Amino acid sequence: MDPVDSVSPTVGRVILNDTEVSRTLTRMAHQIVESDPDGPLLLLGIPTRGVPLAHRLAEAMRQVDGRDVAVGQLDVTMYRDDLRGQPTRAVGRTVIPGLTGSGTDTIDGVTVVLVDDVLYSGRTIRAALDALSDLGRPRAVRLAVLVDRGHRQLPIRADHVGKNLPTAAGERVRVRLAESDQVTEVRILPPVTSESSTGESR
Amino acid sequence: MRHLLSAADLSADQAIAILDLAEEMAQIQSRPVKKLPALRGRTIVNLFFEDSTRTRSSFELAGKWLSADVINVSAKGSSVSKGESLRDTVQTIDAMGVDALVIRHQASGAPLQTTQWVDAHVVNAGDGTHEHPTQALLDAFTMRRHFRTLGDESFAGRKVAIVGDITHSRVARSNVALLTTLGAEVTLVAPATLQPSGVTSWPVRISHELDAVLTDTDVVMMLRVQKERMAGGYFPTPREYTVGYGLTRDRLARLGDHVVICHPGPMNRGLEISADAADSAASRVLEQVSAGVAVRMSVLYQLLGGDAGTTTGAA
Repeated sequence: MDPVDSVSPTVGRVILNDTEVSRTLTRMAHQIVESDPDGPLLLLGIPTRGVPLAHRLAEAMRQVDGRDVAVGQLDVTMYRDDLRGQPTRAVGRTVIPGLTGSGTDTIDGVTVVLVDDVLYSGRTIRAALDALSDLGRPRAVRLAVLVDRGHRQLPIRADHVGKNLPTAAGERVRVRLAESDQVTEVRILPPVTSESSTGESR
Repeated sequence: MRHLLSAADLSADQAIAILDLAEEMAQIQSRPVKKLPALRGRTIVNLFFEDSTRTRSSFELAGKWLSADVINVSAKGSSVSKGESLRDTVQTIDAMGVDALVIRHQASGAPLQTTQWVDAHVVNAGDGTHEHPTQALLDAFTMRRHFRTLGDESFAGRKVAIVGDITHSRVARSNVALLTTLGAEVTLVAPATLQPSGVTSWPVRISHELDAVLTDTDVVMMLRVQKERMAGGYFPTPREYTVGYGLTRDRLARLGDHVVICHPGPMNRGLEISADAADSAASRVLEQVSAGVAVRMSVLYQLLGGDAGTTTGAA
């Protein structure tokens, strides 16, 4: 389990509550529609929290201009740069609508929007870009994140940011979504003194 | 998981994890770029003391599609033919700094013994009449896909008949271990001469009547009659074997619509399986071969994907 999830639900400070998350996603949906008014669009959520976020964004875009957007998910585990030096990571699912099982490559010429919950070091996105290039050649790749908490370690930026959240490196940001966690909120958690160096601090 | 030596070592959860990951791996078989970077920089040696087409080539493809460097060493053309011992051979290869050894050997227990001598991860690709765990995993993968089309991918209560030479079959042993772990009911069908001693203590049903078993099964797995091991007079004539235990055209016609046919290959057409059965719509023989690559990718990733040899739940 992600160590950020195991912390008691009342620790820390709420940054976005349920309503604010919805409002933020609606704004992001507008931005995505504006930045890409036509052409095929594919939202790819990065597991775990990126997947329900991608579905929520697609629903919001449907309400904004009636546009039906394809949604999939892209697991980047096998493209990570930190596979060694820790136990074997479990691999999540990759679902590319139209691609899975059909044998045809539908991301060629498509604008792909990668969706994740928190942008931190940028390493996950680097892995996602590599994974995408093995799937085909999208027309463009954009990045939408609910929270950008800074501390980038790679030259990567998001195109659509729900909330810019300045944080200290030791702090952790926890996104919870009703789809998987009963409640929807973004919470900032104080640094942990021990065992915080292992696992995925975000 | 540090080594994969026996299907009996796998818990149900571990086996399902391997099968689930194999479903993901199977996706890349239909992609234009058949490459994942997960094992970049790792080295895998296929060490085959017995002949093999599908196992060796699918292990090789599995390693290469995961970006590992793979080399093949077979007994013919290596120092083994000069009389080098197993220990010296595996230690020589291990000393070159390889990460995994995939071993097929005619002696039961050779992979287990090898783990005492080397630092590398060891995968059993078939040892004597003992086990062939990746074959059982690919069989389970194929069956699970079939069960899914029937509405429920679970093995609980599913019936699998394994027919033929149980005595000499490492495929049968691995399948019995894995399928019973997963909850399936296994029936072994063989003439008494081809049932191993002690089979009554296995968690299976035993039958001599193929026709009766075929009326009540979801999967029928035909084992190869291993002609190289048939010097002992286990049955009077090949013809008599076919009449008693072959999947003939008549028996094929009587199979239920939901039954699929598996065979680990290579097939003796006309002996244990008729050409009609091998090429029928119920046959899953080629699906088994495709599954072999996906399952072996999954196994190699589980063994070599991290460092500590354990799996975390982090996504």
